[in-house]
Amino acid sequence: MTALGKLIRSTTFRLTLVYLTIFTLYAAALLSYFALNTGRLITEQITDTVDTEIQYLTQQYTASGLRRLILIIENRSLRPGSSLYLVTAPTGQGLAGNVGSLAPGVIETTGWSETVYRRLDEQETAEHSALVRVTQLSGGFRLLVGRDLEERGRMRGIITAAARGSVALVIVLGLAGGFFVTRRVLRRFDAMTDTTQRIMAGDLEERLPVTGTGDELDRLATNLNDMLERIEALMRGLKEVSDNIAHDLKTPLTRLRNSCEEALRSAKSEADYRDKLESMLEESDGLIRTFDALLMIARAESGHARDNMVAFDASEIVRGVAELYEPLAEEQGLSLKVEAFEAAPIKGNRELLSQALANLVDNAIKYSRCRSGDTQAGGKGEIVVAARAAGERVLLIVADRGPGIAEADRARAVERFVRLPHGAAAPGSGLGLSLAAAVARLHGGELTLEDNAPGLRVVIALPRGV
Amino acid sequence: MIADNSLDFPATRVQHTPMRLLLIEDDRDAADYLVKAFREVGHVADWAADGEEGLALAAEGAYDVLVVDRMLPKLDGLSVISALRAKKVETPVLILSALGQVDDRVRGLRAGGDDYLPKPYSFSELLARIEVLARRRGGRGEETAYRVGDLELDRLSHSVKRGAAEIDLQPREFRLLEYLMKHAGQVVTRTMLLENVWDYHFDPQTNVIDVHISRLRSKIDKGFAQPLLHTIRGAGYMIRDGAR
Repeated sequence: MTALGKLIRSTTFRLTLVYLTIFTLYAAALLSYFALNTGRLITEQITDTVDTEIQYLTQQYTASGLRRLILIIENRSLRPGSSLYLVTAPTGQGLAGNVGSLAPGVIETTGWSETVYRRLDEQETAEHSALVRVTQLSGGFRLLVGRDLEERGRMRGIITAAARGSVALVIVLGLAGGFFVTRRVLRRFDAMTDTTQRIMAGDLEERLPVTGTGDELDRLATNLNDMLERIEALMRGLKEVSDNIAHDLKTPLTRLRNSCEEALRSAKSEADYRDKLESMLEESDGLIRTFDALLMIARAESGHARDNMVAFDASEIVRGVAELYEPLAEEQGLSLKVEAFEAAPIKGNRELLSQALANLVDNAIKYSRCRSGDTQAGGKGEIVVAARAAGERVLLIVADRGPGIAEADRARAVERFVRLPHGAAAPGSGLGLSLAAAVARLHGGELTLEDNAPGLRVVIALPRGV
Repeated sequence: MIADNSLDFPATRVQHTPMRLLLIEDDRDAADYLVKAFREVGHVADWAADGEEGLALAAEGAYDVLVVDRMLPKLDGLSVISALRAKKVETPVLILSALGQVDDRVRGLRAGGDDYLPKPYSFSELLARIEVLARRRGGRGEETAYRVGDLELDRLSHSVKRGAAEIDLQPREFRLLEYLMKHAGQVVTRTMLLENVWDYHFDPQTNVIDVHISRLRSKIDKGFAQPLLHTIRGAGYMIRDGAR
């Protein structure tokens, strides 16, 4: 498409054409109306003056006779101007005035008529038009008074010329303006199109130009930029996830492969093979577990599980999960205390919340164990699992007396796959906290890590249900 | 107890009543593996590679359990099951699927499936579930009392006795024992216990079930010469009268 073709095809230009047509028609109508009224005004003026003159002349004739009339007429005829005078005898012969010739029959008709005439002092054949009034005087004499219409014609000419000129001007200015505006708008759209094409080609950091005028194009560009921001964040998240998946799945896969190779290379007896195979089976189960946890997080974050939300009491799942883990805690020499006595109504996915809570309790047991192992204190750890209604929110709390998490590391600990150094000894996918955080977000809540002095306090705050 | 066959699953050390199974699965390798593995433990398995063939076979054949993959060529697994149920074929169905989330599972069971196992699964898990399904059909259903050896569980009075001794169990321990005894002589996996006794369908990371079992064991087996609650290595647990 050529530049001109593009310009003409643009919406702005088409709009300009529509407006231009409307304005041209409007100007033409206005000028026509003006011309019509001006013509009428001039005619009225002529008739008024002619009437006044005829009245005066008739008076003079009646009062002072024909001689006086002829005297006045001859006097007036000598004055230059557009006035016409003629007095005729009953025979039709001209007695005085400045009219050379008239259209036939005009002088015989009393009253108003438009006619062509030639002045007495004019030699050329050119004829002018005039508006005349003929009056019958007593004694068979006739008086004609009129005005040349040249002035009216000239006026019409001026107005017509003005009309033509202004319409032409409107069209020229309109077209020029249209081109100008369209080109300006087109240039901005072209810039946007270019940018989006670059973005589509893969440069996600590119943003649409914003001029800062706050007009509709700017608003559109700002909105699109916000959208791009969100897409970029999602893409970044996705990349992070795939990087992490690559890391967290490749590491055990490598171990698996190494075990395979080692078994093939060094196993001597059937018992050797069996040992290796069993450890490989365990390794692959760990892989599956990590993979499941990842899928679960992705699922929770996509908001898919939002369909299965029901209203229930959070105390129930706290008691349920605590009951599941209580023997394990006891076996580890820890005490698991439940504080879920009051009603804590929420609306949510029971299974996911139970799983989130189970992950937190599982972590608490693991890390408390680390702690008691480290200090040789043993059996001192107490884990508290609680559900509490606090104003508009319901808090699910898991608190332990383990090593805790340093304040600086807390934000990072909730991220996917992060397993903080001191926890390296504890088994698990490292996804427990991330999953719990994702589940909290799915329910419109949030997960925070706090200092239990000593130990860690994980709080899932959810909106209170009815 | 050393098995000398090439596919040595822990579960194969358990007695199996021979069953006729139909496997509807489009992945040839997976199907070959399963058919062979079923044969190793004494079951007969037919294989259908797509939904239409599977539906035809299942409708006419007398199978004990159908194992149906969800995603199949020609006719998907859930449609096969719905079609069978519409024809009043009530053979128990176990659904295998790569979709393992709770709502997928609910959809599968709603379509007429009796159990749902997400991929990847272990063969012992699959086998244990199939045998439970077959048995459910065979008879031992909702009885009011179960008895294994000298252990008795009364579902109405919620009481448990071993010999003459009354055993005091927590409600959850009672339900655990009830489930094990309902499936006495069959392998019950940890996942099955978590699903049926606790109604959780997620992986609790640590083997919490083991601790519950050992508590239960200390209550019902401690001090008795003949243990009834057995651990089946690599598979799960089983209550069995060891004397037989």
